[in-house]
Amino acid sequence: MIIGLDVGGTHTDVVLLDAGGLQNRVKVRTDASDLFSTVLTGLNRITEKIDPQQITRTVLSTTLTTNAIVEKKLSPVGMIVTCGPGIHPDNYRTGDHFYIVGGGIDHSGREIQALNEDQVMDAAEKMRADGISHVGVVGKFSTRNPDHENKIVRLIESGFDKVFPGHRISGNFSFPRRIATTFLNASIYPIHKKFFTAIKKSLEEKGIRAPIYILKADGGTMDLDTSIDFPGQSILSGPAASVMGSVAFAEDPSETIVLDIGGTTTDMAVLINRVPVLVPNGIEISGFKTHIRALHTRSIGLGGDSAVRIRSGELTIGPDRIGPAMAYGGAAPTPTDALFVLEKVNDGNLESATRGIKAIADEMGVSAEAAARDIFDKTCRLILEKAGEMVEKINSKPVYTVREALEGHRINPDHLLVLGGPAPHFAKHFQKISDYKVKKVPQWDVANAIGAALSRTTCEVSLFVDTYRCRAMAPEENFSERVNPRISLAEVQEMAHELLLQKAMREGAAPGNFETDVLESLEFNMIRNFQLIGRNIRVKIQVRPGLRHDYHEITRMINNGPEKDN
Amino acid sequence: MLRAKYQTGLVFFPAFDWAISPTHPEREERLLYTQDQIMEEGLLDIDGIHELKAEVVEIKDVQRVHFCVPDPWKIMTESHFISAGGAKTIGRAVMEKQIDRGFALVRPPGHHAMRVIHGGRGFCNVNNEAIMIEYLRRAYGVKRVAIIDTDCHHGDGTQDIYWHDRDTLFISIHQDGRTLYPGSGMSDEAGGPNAYGATLNIPLPPYTSQEGFIYAIQEAVLPILDEFKPELVVNSAGQDNHFTDPLTNMNFCAQGYARMTSLLKPDIAVLEGGYSIEGALPYVNVGIILAMSGIDYCHVCEPDYNPEHLRQTGAITADIKMACQRVLQTWRNRKAVREKRCENKTVEERSRSIFYDTDGFYEKQLETIQLCRDCSGALKIDSRADRGAHVLAVHIPVNACPACINVANQWYETADLKNFDAIYLQDRPEDAYRVRKK
Repeated sequence: MIIGLDVGGTHTDVVLLDAGGLQNRVKVRTDASDLFSTVLTGLNRITEKIDPQQITRTVLSTTLTTNAIVEKKLSPVGMIVTCGPGIHPDNYRTGDHFYIVGGGIDHSGREIQALNEDQVMDAAEKMRADGISHVGVVGKFSTRNPDHENKIVRLIESGFDKVFPGHRISGNFSFPRRIATTFLNASIYPIHKKFFTAIKKSLEEKGIRAPIYILKADGGTMDLDTSIDFPGQSILSGPAASVMGSVAFAEDPSETIVLDIGGTTTDMAVLINRVPVLVPNGIEISGFKTHIRALHTRSIGLGGDSAVRIRSGELTIGPDRIGPAMAYGGAAPTPTDALFVLEKVNDGNLESATRGIKAIADEMGVSAEAAARDIFDKTCRLILEKAGEMVEKINSKPVYTVREALEGHRINPDHLLVLGGPAPHFAKHFQKISDYKVKKVPQWDVANAIGAALSRTTCEVSLFVDTYRCRAMAPEENFSERVNPRISLAEVQEMAHELLLQKAMREGAAPGNFETDVLESLEFNMIRNFQLIGRNIRVKIQVRPGLRHDYHEITRMINNGPEKDN
Repeated sequence: MLRAKYQTGLVFFPAFDWAISPTHPEREERLLYTQDQIMEEGLLDIDGIHELKAEVVEIKDVQRVHFCVPDPWKIMTESHFISAGGAKTIGRAVMEKQIDRGFALVRPPGHHAMRVIHGGRGFCNVNNEAIMIEYLRRAYGVKRVAIIDTDCHHGDGTQDIYWHDRDTLFISIHQDGRTLYPGSGMSDEAGGPNAYGATLNIPLPPYTSQEGFIYAIQEAVLPILDEFKPELVVNSAGQDNHFTDPLTNMNFCAQGYARMTSLLKPDIAVLEGGYSIEGALPYVNVGIILAMSGIDYCHVCEPDYNPEHLRQTGAITADIKMACQRVLQTWRNRKAVREKRCENKTVEERSRSIFYDTDGFYEKQLETIQLCRDCSGALKIDSRADRGAHVLAVHIPVNACPACINVANQWYETADLKNFDAIYLQDRPEDAYRVRKK
């Protein structure tokens, strides 16, 4: 049996799955001030009357690290940064305890300025005096040559709890993102470690010794041990959980927009043939642009609880939420109240809902029903409009080769998958007002937790080969090997594939659970003085975000469940 | 946090699958390390720097500028359509005020491509800047445009296209043609009789360093620009004046390029040459992008940059002063010279021979320009490539007066097809391109 848990802003959803489908579901109110007890309550309730031995896997998606960053509750971190020519790293200062030391590596991984070890030692001493215990170390082009970062780690590691080298974060370029990601990673390391070590201990006390996985922003999982060193990967996993919960129910082939309609926001994403689209670089959070791989999601301030107003004669919805719907004791009318008036929902106070909608209706000079219809219709149309903008944004991504530019594949989704609390009502109306083929996700109100439970382990590897120097490197993996200068592109791909499998297994993938994509495969002749001296080969490869090999049976059962007739 | 002072657009099209030949300087690898540097510096993440997607130019865009013999498909590869498209994207974004300025970092380059094209010259097949400018003229009614060509090689293609156009100021700063391909660009090359002085050349001696370039910009280019008052300034941003460039002999540097860009303040920059792909381009391009967006560039320099080693001699400084004086004099006398050259004549002819180094053949041209005080003048080019095609190309300029339109149409209609493989008419007022063929 698999446990999936997803912490949301209002509710925490927990599901218990096995080959027979969804066995149990629990909703717990999220206590943002005490996430630990929220998660534990959820886990306790879902495992009541269950033999702990039967649990084979627990997957958790929490808002712990996201909240810490958004609320700026970060533990102090020191940074040592080397640079070389270019934009001055002072522009990327992460706060106090930010030290720039001499040393430079160029775009091809050559040392252009020796590391100033004295400055490193000085910085370390000052940070120790300031009581710093976690340090990030980042160099420009360290993904081409990590020597300086490694040297700094060796020089100072004995004096600190943990030192985080930037090149292990990602194989991608962008020095500023490497600084930000390393900094965030180090900043949330202590709370993440403390939290999940405690969760693990609690589960063990209950006799649950099955592996624990953490959901990542790219919709994949990593095992708890991996997450300890790379807690940054767990940021913003919430939207990813919903998307992964929809994957199994999308048509294949198809281009599908996923809409998760919540109280405050609607999260949207795109699936192409059941594969979610990733952001090209990494997510941005609280002004930090990072290297953290993530699904391309967009969150808009439109949901069931968005505030409805008349502003200079115009009906507006959102982007803010004042409180719950008036039907549930809130103070301002919302689209949910409109659903009450339209008699689509009835589990709250109809009178309050009607009062709220009536006030809007009076301003508009129409009946309450007409106003409710307008409000709901406008909410739906706005959501679709924003979804169209997201698709446009994905399509505007520039490409760098002739083939890609001419092929110019544009995504053009014609399917909608809707989940979240009010999904059925929205789905019905989307169908009415658009040409999309609309479906609601089975178990729409816990599909996010199901998504977390079924996601596979994902990872990415960037391998770089310089045949002139007979060297293959993947600094992110701590990998550097001598290669035959005649090595072919196919052999480099094979090597990258092997590295990827090792990494995936190390991070908790089940054997045989791989679908991989070659994201980049480039080979350049290196010409110096009109002579061919070697080749520069770059291969980037990933485990495709998706569901574990054992999901088919489970999702088939879920699909055939009581909510079958969509 | 870094923030661009000017909203700056970038089109990056390194054509990672296109080369003239595997070991040619114009090959796939050329912008590879530049891309790495731009990505590693995180330039595209900076607030106010916007990456735009290159579009593909249309045949109509090409035919507004060029006579492609026998047709554009024989002259252009897919890369050329996208490279020119990159320039067009930037130009359009500037006109639409999506951005204040923009830089098309594209290859293949274009500034050696002339009005009539039989093949490749100087790694160029079609002229990216001219295709972009003529599109902007058509779509947005732009009139006065200045092109400052700072590639180390003389921009002879752009010069040819605008030789008779008094509304386009073309200034090329380059290594003296006596020492470098294509050999042209002397101070006395200053445009045809109707547009004398709208073409200007500042040849610089080999080993000119930052001091000399900046002097030429400040003492000659900027004062002329001030007087010309262009609606748009376009920079043909070649980067082969660099001290490490393998094809040239200059001593310019990344700091110099950035400084030059911040002085020129181009609305649109388009990459041209530059073949020091590891030692120069990554740093020069970062410098140019920062300068365009108004961000501090003082820490951008090459790892082996040593200004002491690059200092220019007094003799070079004196030569540059002379070149600047000559160009200023040409500029000041332009109107008088135009008057004089148009006296007592209705047409002027010039014949020349053009070498296509990339494809290896010669073209012979006899050019006839209708002398005119009211417009740039009807233009007729009798062109024969020694590998075969013999064509007549007739051009009606965008600002043509009724008399010149008449003359050009007569040339086109009355030319005897027995003598030519094809006769072309580029009718800019009608935005039409017509062909007569056997």
